[in-house]
Amino acid sequence: MNQPASAYFIEDRHDPNETHTLAVLVQNEPGVLARVIGLFSGRGYNIESLTVSETEAQKHLSRITIVTTGTPMVIAQIKNQLDRMIPVYQVVDMTQTKRSIERELAMVKVRGQGEHRVEALRLADAFRARVIDATTESFVFEITGNTDKINQFIDLMRPLGLVEVSRTGVAAIGRGPEGM
Amino acid sequence: MSDKSHDPNQMTGAAMIVRALIDHGVTDIFGYPGGAVLPIYDEIFQQSQVQHILVRHEQGAGHAAEGYARSTGKPGVALVTSGPGATNMVTPLTDALMDSIPLVCISGQVPTHLIGNDAFQECDTVGITRPCTKHNWLVRDVNDLAKVLHEAFYVATSGRPGPVLVDVPKDVQFATGTYHPPRKSDVHRSYAPRLKGDAAQIRKAVSLLANAKRPVIYSGGGVINSGLEATKLLRELVEVTGFPITSTLMGLGAYPASGKNWLGMLGMHGTYEANMTMHDCDVMLCVGARFDDRITGRVDAFSPGSKKIHIDIDPSSINKNIRVDVPIIGDCGNVLGDILQVFKAEAKKPDIRSWWQQIAQWRARNSLYYKKSNDVILPQHAIQALFEQTRGKDTYITTEVGQHQMWAAQFYGFEEPHRWMTSGGLGTMGYGLPAAVGVQVAHPDSLVIDIAGDASVQMTMQEMSTAVQYELPIKIFILNNQYMGMVRQWQQLLHGNRLSHSYSEALPDFVKLAEAYGAVGLQVHKPADLDGAIKEMISVKRPVLFDCRVAALENCFPMIPSGKAHNEMLLPEQANDEATAKAFAGGKALV
Ligand SMILES: Cc1ncc(C[n+]2csc(CCOP(=O)(O)OP(=O)(O)O)c2C)c(N)n1
Ligand SMILES: [Mg+2]
Repeated sequence: MNQPASAYFIEDRHDPNETHTLAVLVQNEPGVLARVIGLFSGRGYNIESLTVSETEAQKHLSRITIVTTGTPMVIAQIKNQLDRMIPVYQVVDMTQTKRSIERELAMVKVRGQGEHRVEALRLADAFRARVIDATTESFVFEITGNTDKINQFIDLMRPLGLVEVSRTGVAAIGRGPEGM
Repeated sequence: MSDKSHDPNQMTGAAMIVRALIDHGVTDIFGYPGGAVLPIYDEIFQQSQVQHILVRHEQGAGHAAEGYARSTGKPGVALVTSGPGATNMVTPLTDALMDSIPLVCISGQVPTHLIGNDAFQECDTVGITRPCTKHNWLVRDVNDLAKVLHEAFYVATSGRPGPVLVDVPKDVQFATGTYHPPRKSDVHRSYAPRLKGDAAQIRKAVSLLANAKRPVIYSGGGVINSGLEATKLLRELVEVTGFPITSTLMGLGAYPASGKNWLGMLGMHGTYEANMTMHDCDVMLCVGARFDDRITGRVDAFSPGSKKIHIDIDPSSINKNIRVDVPIIGDCGNVLGDILQVFKAEAKKPDIRSWWQQIAQWRARNSLYYKKSNDVILPQHAIQALFEQTRGKDTYITTEVGQHQMWAAQFYGFEEPHRWMTSGGLGTMGYGLPAAVGVQVAHPDSLVIDIAGDASVQMTMQEMSTAVQYELPIKIFILNNQYMGMVRQWQQLLHGNRLSHSYSEALPDFVKLAEAYGAVGLQVHKPADLDGAIKEMISVKRPVLFDCRVAALENCFPMIPSGKAHNEMLLPEQANDEATAKAFAGGKALV
């Protein structure tokens, strides 16, 4: 092993990365999102997607959904680090439960005329995307689905005159009658 | 309306702060005034239950509060103004976070209507201190203040202890509102640290311990944080099992250094026997320690053949660096009590005589060996002499950071917990002197010694003035090697002996400096004069700067070299140039 001159052991980890969706129930108070995001940036964790909104107004509860990647050891660390924050009630690994539904909403603006315009509409129909704004030379589509479906739709729109995309990020919920 | 004016719980925010301190049993705080905390200082002026110690730099207030906390087990309290007062607290807050020290910092803030305006001495204190506190709060409404202050004390002292900060804008300090004494509902419902260990895990642990052939107990600062009961139980467990025990830097004193099962400290500068025992053990019981990189060395070669039991109150410490077999989340004291109970009922002392014979062979290597001299004081000898002279006295030791810190850990024998205050996780030079101030405030009649380095001590030297003002007879025992010794050692071992900026150029005359502060200066050069000078230092009932001139180029051994495992330690007798070069050979060849 060719170690540089350091008293730290400099190690390459080769464990494969996994993608996990975490649902984090927090007290909705000033700074709580900054704490969560600061944890990720401070400890070098990845954020692929993050959504947050108050979900129970009377109880001041917000739900943060985070899609992150890391080795199994890092994912476990992330959950533990989140869980020990004072305003965090609960952290659920939606990927681990294997019984969750994930959805994302995107608004996709496409500009074009003639054949392209017709093709865009046809594809939108196939993806169950709705037209929520239209001019003679453009559409805005609204599409919901899992991340893969939305990525696929956006890829298809690219050659047809894709202008811009606005995405909500992933929201997730468990199947069946039980809450989290 | 009118009856409210007679309500004793109606008061200003500033008065609430002092009242909350009293309600939490705080008798001493460390602080520095400024515009944004003047209402609080006005309240402090008008009462006598809380003594305020005026430091000379806010960093000093933070470390003093840390020393106070670590030596008493109670939270330390610091009070600072907005802007630069708060930014000066960043180092002690981070230090306390790394070492799990309960600290409550109250900072002033510009009035709420000016927040965000770049007002004079405004800074985003909660933003800056968010990553270096366990939790922090900005209080915008005086009627939230009592609740937040009570929660702050609870969060700082419960679960895994740590620093918290409460930022109080000046208008909130002036405003009148309703105070209430501490109550349960002050705390976030989402915060509930787990104290009791899982019974099934405890059984698994006992069964591993009972069947161990080559066991070791590795304890850390968590045992000390847990309280005296945990220390007692740890000692009992060692007694009942007959197992060898080592400890981290932070855990020294939980098991007495004179105890027969003591292996000495482990880790980068730990003893050979402690590290070899860790490496070759078959069952490791880790109590309140966190497998930090200075402990493990190379992680993939760390104690490869052992089953590991890990007791920690913080779930995020489990499996962070080292995968363990039996994690037990809970308070060390609780879990040790449960383990002992099950062990005593169902197991008997395993026969580990051959393991002890092996350990005796490692011990015989005498890894802390150094060669004494008649001409020059060896730093190790200076610590030993200090230890001999203070043995049996009511002594507290703080340190700065560097070689002297490691020598203190290796050569000063700690018999009790809460007697050893050192910056372990952050490694903050400048910690020891203000920490000694804090310890002495808490223990006015005890002997408080900062084992210091010539470079570190200059970082917070100004607190000598605090010591003189409050007649705190702290002893600053400087192992003066005229180098940033630890930096020089690494440069020698890892960077071809190119001593880039590690020489302590233009050192002050510490004796004159002491006198300038109104303290006592002592200097010693010769080994023969050392004992007498230490006696004099102890007998002086005033603050002392002790300039102990030691060998300049001494290195701290044993040492686990770069990227090496516990069983690849470099011992002092092997540390000739060639062996050292080989041990440290890496990307950068040594000259
Ligand atoms: C605030 C801070 N800055 C830099 C360092 C890096 N550092 C670690 S030890 C050391 C030298 C300490 O020198 P001294 O206080 O003389 O102690 P010695 O090693 O000589 O005993 C330095 C610069 C540190 N630990 N803390
Ligand atoms: Mg030095």
